[in-house]
Amino acid sequence: MPLPSVIGSEIEYGITVQNDRDFDPISGCVLLVNAYQDDGAADILWDYDQENPLADARGFNVEGEKYTPNQQENIARNKTLRNGARFYVDHAHPEYSTPEVTNVRDLIAYERAGEWTMETARRAADALLPDGQTILIHKNNSDRKGNSYGCHENFLIARRTPFKDIVEYLTPYLITRQVYCGSGKVGSENRKMPCDYQISQRADFFETEVALDTMVKRPIVNTRDEPHADRDKYRRLHVIIGDSNMSEVSSYLKTGVANIILAMIEDGVLTSNYSVVDPVRVVKEVSHDTTCKADFAMERGGRLTAVELQQEYLEAALAYFSSRELDPIHKDVLVRWERVLGQLKEDPLQLDREVDWVIKHKIISGFMERKKVSWDHPQVAMLDLQYHDSRPDKGLYHLLERRGEVDRIIEDEDIQRALQQPPPDTRAYFRGECIRRYGSAVFGVNWDSISFNLGEDPIKRILMNEPLKGTKRHVKELFDASDTVAELVSKLTG
Amino acid sequence: MADQTQKKKQGGGDEGASAKGDDAGQKKIAKKGEELKEEMDSLIDEIDEVLEENAEEFVKNYVQRGGE
Repeated sequence: MPLPSVIGSEIEYGITVQNDRDFDPISGCVLLVNAYQDDGAADILWDYDQENPLADARGFNVEGEKYTPNQQENIARNKTLRNGARFYVDHAHPEYSTPEVTNVRDLIAYERAGEWTMETARRAADALLPDGQTILIHKNNSDRKGNSYGCHENFLIARRTPFKDIVEYLTPYLITRQVYCGSGKVGSENRKMPCDYQISQRADFFETEVALDTMVKRPIVNTRDEPHADRDKYRRLHVIIGDSNMSEVSSYLKTGVANIILAMIEDGVLTSNYSVVDPVRVVKEVSHDTTCKADFAMERGGRLTAVELQQEYLEAALAYFSSRELDPIHKDVLVRWERVLGQLKEDPLQLDREVDWVIKHKIISGFMERKKVSWDHPQVAMLDLQYHDSRPDKGLYHLLERRGEVDRIIEDEDIQRALQQPPPDTRAYFRGECIRRYGSAVFGVNWDSISFNLGEDPIKRILMNEPLKGTKRHVKELFDASDTVAELVSKLTG
Repeated sequence: MADQTQKKKQGGGDEGASAKGDDAGQKKIAKKGEELKEEMDSLIDEIDEVLEENAEEFVKNYVQRGGE
């Protein structure tokens, strides 16, 4: 049996200020993050200190101690939100990490809540800038000048799963899934083969098969081993090869199908040889082929297209679930995956309501035809960039959504709920509720801990190394029975 | 040449009401095609209105640092 799903994503956004010759991205990010108002979320440290846990019967771990990071800078760069998410400055980008969720539908709601958070912060920050300057945020992954920033998906998997199985069975899937979850890009960069338009924003930047790096020599499979949970039981697989999506359908398939593949890897049911000869080269070839017809050599012999290889994984998934219980979301992911692969095989360009790179291709093609311009025209590059603009009135994806020209997975109400409330079914519930109820007493937070400042006493840190504990079911009563934060902490530590 | 004229007429959707059984279907397709074109025209109009001016400079100045 695979573990129950626990997933989340971290998305870095592009940031720029127009008409500011001295624009410094780090100051821009700090301004952005601090302009955002989230009730109760002010002045909480991000707790970088990792400590050995002590077990508690309810699945928490507790210890008491005091420590002193550089508080001012830490607080200026980190905001933990009452929905359990983290909104912060990562190097030179604003980043939004969703709270831990148990299914990909919730993931989409929190990712889109992240877009709202960025845009709300952008407007607030904009009001603080001198007249004539405008701060802009883009949910993209490249400036088309060789600089890339990421969209990382995280999956909790059993520690016992052999890492070599993950590398073997995930790599062919990861290099070919872009056909339904690439965000599209005009041209190429990073000294790669020239092209007019390609499927993925990120493919040009992947240079090796397996490694720890994320910023240089980026690997298809990243080996970072930081579970943010009980490391004897869990591994957090950190997938760095995805594009940031505007389309909910692309995003849903990207992480939803990956979750299915990982369940099969955990269960050891994938046995065929899916390995591709030279995956680092193939990821770019697939990206550069907007017909989705190019084939590549398989290690086992013969050649397949990206769609055909995805169909082999699909067949394995259908067989896997034929004898297992299938929840409605996984079922929906399977149905959509199958349909999209069929349409990609027929004619990829018909997916102009569903798949990001096709949607973007449609508007660029329509524009080029009308204006009689070609791919190298600056307005075409502008369309590419503006597709990802966070502003509802300027962002081209938002324009399409308003016109009803793209398919959705969730409703606007789901996004509003995700902005206000943590997911009820992971430890993010405990984190978010503590911030909402006792924000001023929350001293520091990390994914697997939360600490309280109770005045006289030393800082009390509650460790949460079980992502599926601290849920509403586990702790709602405890919250309701505690009139004060001191009472809550005393009940947890007593 | 004759073929092209014929196609054009059918594309217009107001011709060829003569006895052929698939005329209705072809008209439907032509009508659908027209609708799609109108939709695309209105979409491009709207995009044209919001597209940033000075695209060349805008795109040139869009420089990010690598992240992650």
